[in-house]
Amino acid sequence: MSGDDLDVLGALHDPVRRALYDFVAAQGREVGRDEAARAAGVSRTLAAFHLDKLVESGLLETGFRRLSGRAGPGSGRPAKVYRRSPVERQVSVPPRDYRTLALVLAEAVDALGAEEAAENAARRLGERAKAADLRETLGERGYEPYDEDGVVRLRNCPFHVLAEERPVLVCSLNLALCQGLLSALGDPRVSARLDPRPGECCVAFSKTNED
Amino acid sequence: MHLAQLNVAHMRAPVDSPELADFVAALEPVNALADAAPGFVWRLKGGDAPTDTIQHDYGDMLLVNFSAWASRDALWNYVYRSGHLEVLRRRREWFHRMAEPYSVMWWIPEGHTPSLAEAMRRLATLKADGPGPEAFTFTDFHPAPGEHAEAVDSTRR
Repeated sequence: MSGDDLDVLGALHDPVRRALYDFVAAQGREVGRDEAARAAGVSRTLAAFHLDKLVESGLLETGFRRLSGRAGPGSGRPAKVYRRSPVERQVSVPPRDYRTLALVLAEAVDALGAEEAAENAARRLGERAKAADLRETLGERGYEPYDEDGVVRLRNCPFHVLAEERPVLVCSLNLALCQGLLSALGDPRVSARLDPRPGECCVAFSKTNED
Repeated sequence: MHLAQLNVAHMRAPVDSPELADFVAALEPVNALADAAPGFVWRLKGGDAPTDTIQHDYGDMLLVNFSAWASRDALWNYVYRSGHLEVLRRRREWFHRMAEPYSVMWWIPEGHTPSLAEAMRRLATLKADGPGPEAFTFTDFHPAPGEHAEAVDSTRR
């Protein structure tokens, strides 16, 4: 475990700070102080204080933007905005390191040309999940699902580090895992497919019987 | 500087065979994605038709992709974060597994259009000497001359 990461995550102990962080993270875009304050139910001054603490600890990033709806003369100076930092923090007590082992196994799959066997294993793992609701299951697994035009998209890739190292293998396994989850849910009207976007997870879910 | 990338693939069957039909059908949409992708600079075309593959003297069963991009992120987002990923996922249906490097990148001056011969030489350099500033890969990336590694990292998501 990195002591630095534990210190950083300690910044989330305060409930207001935690609420502000969760809100900014869930938006997937830059968020202004007013909006964050309203969402957390606190004053703008208090929100600004905690948001800046989150920036200091490296959990949020900040910038200045003219917020939408205000443009041209009289729109004032740019407002301070916040977004989630892409830096990954990990704390495990006692120390655990599944990442290194996963990279070893990924390299072995590659060397063996065992992609199909690995995809089948991922699908079976998904099928064994105890899942009742798609959004809930995806949320629990860290995918951060959101709706867009009737499609369930995933804001976060839980396998990000591995997906950067071995994108084709990891995204294929992720798709197979998601297809397995769908089987466990037993809803044949929904299908999972690869539809990657920069900065998000590669899988999207859509209704299949609407054609 | 722009980032040039060459990749080669050994086809399991001739390009006009039924085995390759799904791949050939994907060429038009995938090439359209590349042409419209942010940071796309240039790609070597095989002809006017969207399904024309690049003609060359390196063997009938070798398929060649050769393009230039504004940055590492631009190329990465096209290759792995677009509809192109689905084609990559299915690559084993159409192409043989390669034990040696099949993809190489290097930096080119903006406005310079490298030849396929130069690209093949870069791939040969990668095979012979391993990754270096003259020939590298996503895994062993080298930033453009004069650019700091940190500056590259900060743009990665």
